[in-house]
Amino acid sequence: MTISVNGEIREVVAGTTLGALVATLTRAPSGVAAALNETVVPRGQWDSTALGDGDRIEVLTAVQGG
Amino acid sequence: MADDLLTIGDTTFSSRLIMGTGGAPSLDVLERSLVASGTELTTVAMRRLDPSVQGSVLSVLEKLGIRVLPNTAGCFTAGEAVLTARLAREALGTDWVKLEVVADERTLLPDPIELLDAAETLVDDGFTVLPYTNDDPVLARKLEDVGCAAIMPLGSPIGSGLGIRNPHNFQLIVEHARVPVVLDAGAGTASDATLAMELGCAAVMLASAVTRAQEPVLMAGAMRRGVEAGRLAYRAGRIPRRHFAEASSPAAGLAVLDPERPAF
Repeated sequence: MTISVNGEIREVVAGTTLGALVATLTRAPSGVAAALNETVVPRGQWDSTALGDGDRIEVLTAVQGG
Repeated sequence: MADDLLTIGDTTFSSRLIMGTGGAPSLDVLERSLVASGTELTTVAMRRLDPSVQGSVLSVLEKLGIRVLPNTAGCFTAGEAVLTARLAREALGTDWVKLEVVADERTLLPDPIELLDAAETLVDDGFTVLPYTNDDPVLARKLEDVGCAAIMPLGSPIGSGLGIRNPHNFQLIVEHARVPVVLDAGAGTASDATLAMELGCAAVMLASAVTRAQEPVLMAGAMRRGVEAGRLAYRAGRIPRRHFAEASSPAAGLAVLDPERPAF
């Protein structure tokens, strides 16, 4: 299936969880948040959140700013 | 200062300088600037995670024991800002947010309608909201009415270094506010920070003035002292401005001297 991760189109196998996807970007145990189709998914639910075709995922962290 | 604490929401600070982390040439310079500034509250932005980036501003703040204040910089609508604040809460474990909702890239001026909308939503959602706002006393009052924990008016556009363009508006905002008023944006040098505090601001927020100075660490120390000096002057109560001189030496007891017979 095809999903969008931080604006990039990716092919992932069906049944991929949000937790598995974030793990491909970072192993940081904190400081990271994810939104699935414009809704925040708490970290504790990442591994039980299965992604679907066409999902848009944003994975954010803190950077210098303000 | 220990006998003159700043309280925002349920938290007290001994420093009245809030520093941003944006614009620093390196994490090392940022760290030394933060230490020199004495700040206890520091903003960060939320951006897409880039796996190639080495080092993290969060680890610097953690090492220094400085509280993190996520902002919603780059948001143009209430919806974007609310989602960004919720992501920041999830990522950083804080329900504090420096709320920024700007109208356009050129001026980065706040969009008052979107700002007020986002502020109300976030307060209802349990956030401690510190809004970056125009220097508009009416908008400041409305932001306070919806429950914002502080009011952060701009002195002049972000990064402009033009100081406080309308000190009178700041006085109007300060006179009415029951929450801390924080100069946010526009400070260019230490005297700008001092003026803000003399006008009755509870604190000063700045980033570029330090991080983009030729010597950021020196400027951080200057800002710290500028804020302290202005705060002390505000508490001390300045003398009234006069049109004419008022002698500080006594008029009584002057010797009677013959001006026709100088001694030299």
